[in-house]
Amino acid sequence: MRRLISLLATAATLVAAPALSQELTAITGGRVLTGTSVIENGTVVIQNGRVVSVGIGAAPSGARVIDARGRVVTPGLVVVDAGLGASEISSVNGSDDLSNSANSISASFDVSYGLDPWSFTLPVARLGGITRAVVIPSHGGGGGGHSHHVDDSDFAGVGEGGLQSPGLFAGQASVIHLASGTDILVRPRVAMAAPFGEAGAGIAGGARGAQFVQFKETLAEVRLYARNRAAYDRAGIRDLSLSRADLEALIPVANGDMPLIVTVRRAADILQVLRLADEEGIDLILDGADEGWLVASQIAAAGVPVLLNPIDNLPGNLETRAARMENAAALNAAGVVIAIKGNGVHRAREARFNAGNAVSHGLPFEAAIAALTVNPARIFGMGGQFGELRPGAAADVVVWDGDPLEPLSSVTAQFINGQQQDLTSRQILLRDRYRNGGRPAGGMPLAYGN
Amino acid sequence: MMRRSLRGPSLAVVVCAAALSACTTTSGSGSDEAETPRREARALPAGLDYAANPDPFPSTYAPLPRDNMAIVGATILTGTDQRIENGVVVITDGRITAVGGANTPVPGGHRVVDARGRFVTPGIIDVHSHLGVYPSPGVTGMSDGNEATSPNTAQVWAEHSIWPQDPGFNTARAGGVTTLQILPGSANLFGGRSVTVRNVPSVTMQGMKFPGAPYGVKMACGENPSRVYGGRNQSPATGMGNVAGYRAAFIAAQDYRDKWDRWRETGEGSPPTRNLQNETLAGVLDGSIMVQNHCYRADEMAVMMDIADEFGFRITAFHHAIEAYKLAPQLAEAGICADMWTGWWGFKMEALDAVEENAALVDAQPGSCAVIHSDDAQLTQRLNQEVAAALAAGRRAGMNITEERAISWITSNAARSLGIADETGSLEPGKRADVVIWSANPFSVYARADQVYIDGALTFDRADPRYQPLSDFELGQPGYGIAAANIAPGAR
Repeated sequence: MRRLISLLATAATLVAAPALSQELTAITGGRVLTGTSVIENGTVVIQNGRVVSVGIGAAPSGARVIDARGRVVTPGLVVVDAGLGASEISSVNGSDDLSNSANSISASFDVSYGLDPWSFTLPVARLGGITRAVVIPSHGGGGGGHSHHVDDSDFAGVGEGGLQSPGLFAGQASVIHLASGTDILVRPRVAMAAPFGEAGAGIAGGARGAQFVQFKETLAEVRLYARNRAAYDRAGIRDLSLSRADLEALIPVANGDMPLIVTVRRAADILQVLRLADEEGIDLILDGADEGWLVASQIAAAGVPVLLNPIDNLPGNLETRAARMENAAALNAAGVVIAIKGNGVHRAREARFNAGNAVSHGLPFEAAIAALTVNPARIFGMGGQFGELRPGAAADVVVWDGDPLEPLSSVTAQFINGQQQDLTSRQILLRDRYRNGGRPAGGMPLAYGN
Repeated sequence: MMRRSLRGPSLAVVVCAAALSACTTTSGSGSDEAETPRREARALPAGLDYAANPDPFPSTYAPLPRDNMAIVGATILTGTDQRIENGVVVITDGRITAVGGANTPVPGGHRVVDARGRFVTPGIIDVHSHLGVYPSPGVTGMSDGNEATSPNTAQVWAEHSIWPQDPGFNTARAGGVTTLQILPGSANLFGGRSVTVRNVPSVTMQGMKFPGAPYGVKMACGENPSRVYGGRNQSPATGMGNVAGYRAAFIAAQDYRDKWDRWRETGEGSPPTRNLQNETLAGVLDGSIMVQNHCYRADEMAVMMDIADEFGFRITAFHHAIEAYKLAPQLAEAGICADMWTGWWGFKMEALDAVEENAALVDAQPGSCAVIHSDDAQLTQRLNQEVAAALAAGRRAGMNITEERAISWITSNAARSLGIADETGSLEPGKRADVVIWSANPFSVYARADQVYIDGALTFDRADPRYQPLSDFELGQPGYGIAAANIAPGAR
């Protein structure tokens, strides 16, 4: 039965207008995981950068057909908190645009200006099936985009409490897509990031109690400023501790219009942050939440989503002593909407393995797929626009040769905004250069063989 | 594996003498020491002659309670490139006594473990771990992995920093890890001695030490030493400073060894003053201590191989060998293991050229020794998955690699990289019965280690809380005694 609904999407909400592929394309015969359901032997039709239809049946006439029989078709994976496009080499300071240490620019720090569409981190992530990312500024509390591996690392200054941002806020996150091209920004300033727990306490002077007081005082200043802009310009109100730029940036947070991503790990701290958000009218997203399973019902009752890495099961410090592999499963079972993270900028592609490990520790498979696709899109206010295969959504489609959560599986075809992506990277070029043991052919150094 | 010095009671002899099993036969039959004419060196005060007490921190490891058993019905990946469907592994007195197909006889009195539908592999060996020395929690007071006070700290031993209560040992075991090499960090040119341990709960580190396993010395190339010491405006501040530092250290060690040899030969004059730093490096020179060399770049590996030739020692393994694929034939020819990650790259300049196919490209060389390692308390729990990702990458590159081959990257090749291949790393008669029963194919993300045996003793059972040990640290902590999502209380 033909079920080809020609539904052209309204692209108006997208800030960046992607280069559209006009070609009508049908991906047929695969096991389609839409992000919210499963269709066996499904057909995904895309055109003009959008999904036209998802269902069963033959390809429309004239369509280019991608045969996905025996394969699995998913929405492109959406990885949160990976720093993609904003950090090239973690240890090379000048190449890292994820964190900022100027006192006058904390909440107003906007990662979108530092995005590099030519970053070599993007093709590597694409090979892991990632088509979108939420780039979140980093701070010393961890979970802010960096998962540094500085091997044997304690002398490298990124250990516990190695605070990089002097303010209470790390800055504002962006949503990007990973299509090759010149503009990867989808939407800037989608959320504000702030560390709580040990990291936040460290910023405030050392104690959690100080940070909560300072946080409330800061929001009071923001509201005062918002009511008295003209007086502020005339220097007619009392001195405020934040810069004008930071005050401006925090107005939507104080109004509940911009979500606040709070990195917090200890169960007790999670409860305090839930209370704070309720008192202050903040639209909260929890990040980390290593001990979240201990207070899962409270998180669920507050309707607060969680960004987490399900493989964090060791007490890296004293605020994660209850860390468990079952955290993702327990939160999901309680009704919390979760998004599963990768392992930092360079290992963002491991997000799917993290999800697989969550499944092997109790998370239902469908929930794991949702945590990599539809959930992060919804958490950041872009549900329906990407992260799921449904009419009108961006044509971010990945074809896999097996279960996408399995390390033995690989991407065989990938579309972002309807554009088919090359499945290559700088690493693939290196591999091919050295695949014959590094022995030059014909006596000339390998450097000539391009 | 261990070469004897002709000139004196080398550390190799000494380590053998201390071994429980690996060397007892050789020391029993090896009377070459007695036959070597040598003047009796006079006894020195306690602690001043390393040869008088060559094993001052001896292993007290004893296998956990065990019984004879046979694991039947599983798909067995032996670690020797063999795959046996519906196979049988017979374990007697903690050793493998038979491995074969369904008709392999099970001796009377052996307990039968039904592993139908499951997979069996050798216990996983992580050749690069900092468990215990960089434990969880990694808080103030618990960071004991880098004696970053001097570029050469060959005198320190990782075993003296190990905190056996690190919960990471338990989570690693739940991932099938039965043996680990614990290394000092890489801040220094010579970070100190490594130690190989059995992954069993113990109050003391001596209770974990792998009997008879050779020591290693951690050496580091590249960015780390030059960054740490260059940042203090001292040498080494550059790659060339690194190399000068290695060479100066081995010159001193040669001189030290020569002084001892001469004193032992003549017995004249005062004996040399014992120097723990040179003692470790002299062990490298006589082959009893293995060089475990953190070295990312191919060009730096080539320089290290020349330094080894200059001073007449062997490099056992390059760790974090990001660019091993650029030098794969040379590494294979030199018999050097390449200990690698699959997915780690880009965190610093020397990690820029990492490729996921590294292990596959290294493994393709005849005589090679490809190893996957962790360097990480998280990754060590999933080394099987890291191998699966490497295998998939190799296959994408068109290479024909079997699972029974790839499993050797964390088993038999890893054992070779630690000098314990005679003892463990494969399922062969005579080997220690270090065995994992997996719930499914270990190359699947969904596979879990159901049971983990060390020397034939059950040390972890996913279905039995009695075999899910908790360290002292874990008792009474937040979450203790509460079940998370249907798992046993406390288990991570």
